[in-house]
Amino acid sequence: MVPVDYYIALSAILFVLGTLGVLTRRNPLIIFMSIELMLNAANLAFVAFSSVYQTFNGQIFVFFVIAVAAAEVAVGLALIVEIFKSRRNINIDELNSLKG
Amino acid sequence: MNSDLIVFLVLSLVAISSALGMLFSRNAVYSALFLVLNFITVAVFYLLLGAPFIAMSQITVYAGAIMVLFLFVIMLLGAENLAPGNSLPWQKPLAGLLSTILAVEAIYILFSRARSDAVITAPDASLNTMESLREMAMTLFSDYLLPFEVTSILLLVAMVGAIILTRREKGGQS
Repeated sequence: MVPVDYYIALSAILFVLGTLGVLTRRNPLIIFMSIELMLNAANLAFVAFSSVYQTFNGQIFVFFVIAVAAAEVAVGLALIVEIFKSRRNINIDELNSLKG
Repeated sequence: MNSDLIVFLVLSLVAISSALGMLFSRNAVYSALFLVLNFITVAVFYLLLGAPFIAMSQITVYAGAIMVLFLFVIMLLGAENLAPGNSLPWQKPLAGLLSTILAVEAIYILFSRARSDAVITAPDASLNTMESLREMAMTLFSDYLLPFEVTSILLLVAMVGAIILTRREKGGQS
């Protein structure tokens, strides 16, 4: 028997680690991976509550989150590839102009 | 200390250390592989929480499809090691400080105000049958039919968008 608080605490820790990655890393691909980590932390909280309340609603939300994450990754990685093609560089500090 | 708690603590140790490994490895390929390990650990948590369908989707979609796409792009662009740019000097300490504050606040509020007495017991074998999956599918296709359709349109739009973004224009700049 595991208290549900432990799951929520783990979810909070993973979310904060994802935030730290977004704030500190300079590689846009790793920033993307940190965002995935944050989405996963939220999913863990959803499934934990779904298990406490004995309902499927939380699991269905997680299903939708997974689908949205897949769409986001497809578009985001296409953008990164396109930026690399036009500027030969994807360092996040160099990308400070909107007009390519 | 019961066996569920031991399994939980060991798995959360693996999850947190693989997330830290993702954050602090120099090579982006190692980061991606650490993240795969983290996703698989979270999938095992889903099994413990009695959500086998979500666990399998997690492994196929996240650890399979999404991370393979990441590895493809990392290797395609040669972005394993980016040269350090002229980053702000106070950025990393500030980020560390703010993240620590966020973590302390979240844990404090969780254990002082929002404390719940509910416990989760590991599911018995009866939950891992076709019956619970059928029940979930009935919920998905009755109460959540409209969000389901909107999600499918979203996936279609994302697919078209990705194709248009990476398409080489005829006679234009490459």
